[in-house]
Amino acid sequence: MNIVNFTPITATLGGMIIGLAVVIFFLFNGRLVGISGIASNALTEKDNKFDNLLFLLGLIIGPIIYSLFTSKEISITISNSIILLIFAGLLVGIGTRVGGGCTSGHGISGIGRFSLRSIIATITFMVVGILTVLIKSFV
Amino acid sequence: MNKLVSLVSGIIFGIGLVISEMVNPAKVLGFLDLFGNWDPSLAFVMIGALIISSPLFHVIKKREKPIFVEQFNYSKNKEINNKLIIGSALFGAGWGLGGLCPGPAISSIALLNINSITFVFAMFIGFYIVKFFNLSKTS
Repeated sequence: MNIVNFTPITATLGGMIIGLAVVIFFLFNGRLVGISGIASNALTEKDNKFDNLLFLLGLIIGPIIYSLFTSKEISITISNSIILLIFAGLLVGIGTRVGGGCTSGHGISGIGRFSLRSIIATITFMVVGILTVLIKSFV
Repeated sequence: MNKLVSLVSGIIFGIGLVISEMVNPAKVLGFLDLFGNWDPSLAFVMIGALIISSPLFHVIKKREKPIFVEQFNYSKNKEINNKLIIGSALFGAGWGLGGLCPGPAISSIALLNINSITFVFAMFIGFYIVKFFNLSKTS
């Protein structure tokens, strides 16, 4: 194991901002943020549809506002294989709904209130994610 | 007012994802590459989020009701079952393949990257598959 590209300060700061968003949503609207739940319910359920869509809109304009105010360009590196991304997207869509949450719902909201269910879910998706990357490195 | 909170929470969450660089799949895959070139940043994002959210959750939960709606509305599901493990494992596999989970994937739509938009589209199909076949309810 080599440690590379480690950015502890921006990671912790960004994480605290994410935590703040989760707290605001809980204090004012009484709901815990889980992006997979919000996105899936925005598409398939009538309850809170408009709230969910507004949250998703916010997620998209957040980065735009950030780059307008800081004039920093956001760069991302993502796999070029469309087939792989479609397969990954299907797995993430199905898995998060069957498992009842994703990195935010289980990893932040769930662990934040000490839910054993969410701790187990988070360990499961992290271990499988790590194994998937390990296997990918051999093929 | 609760609509405005939904939008603002989404914006703040999205800004947190950009500052922590979690919108960048390469950064996420770096975290999952534990046995190769490891980037521990994602763990610090979660710690940053939990430092803020966890203590405040426990304070806010003691309130009779949230500020803008009549009651708290979040899952109190404590069940640890096969669905939780299988769903989380499928999510972990998709996460390890693409480096994208639902929040960063949706936020990165702002960057108009065709690969991440394709991923989001596939993820939405995954949500519909679970809804259509009722996979989140059956055990």
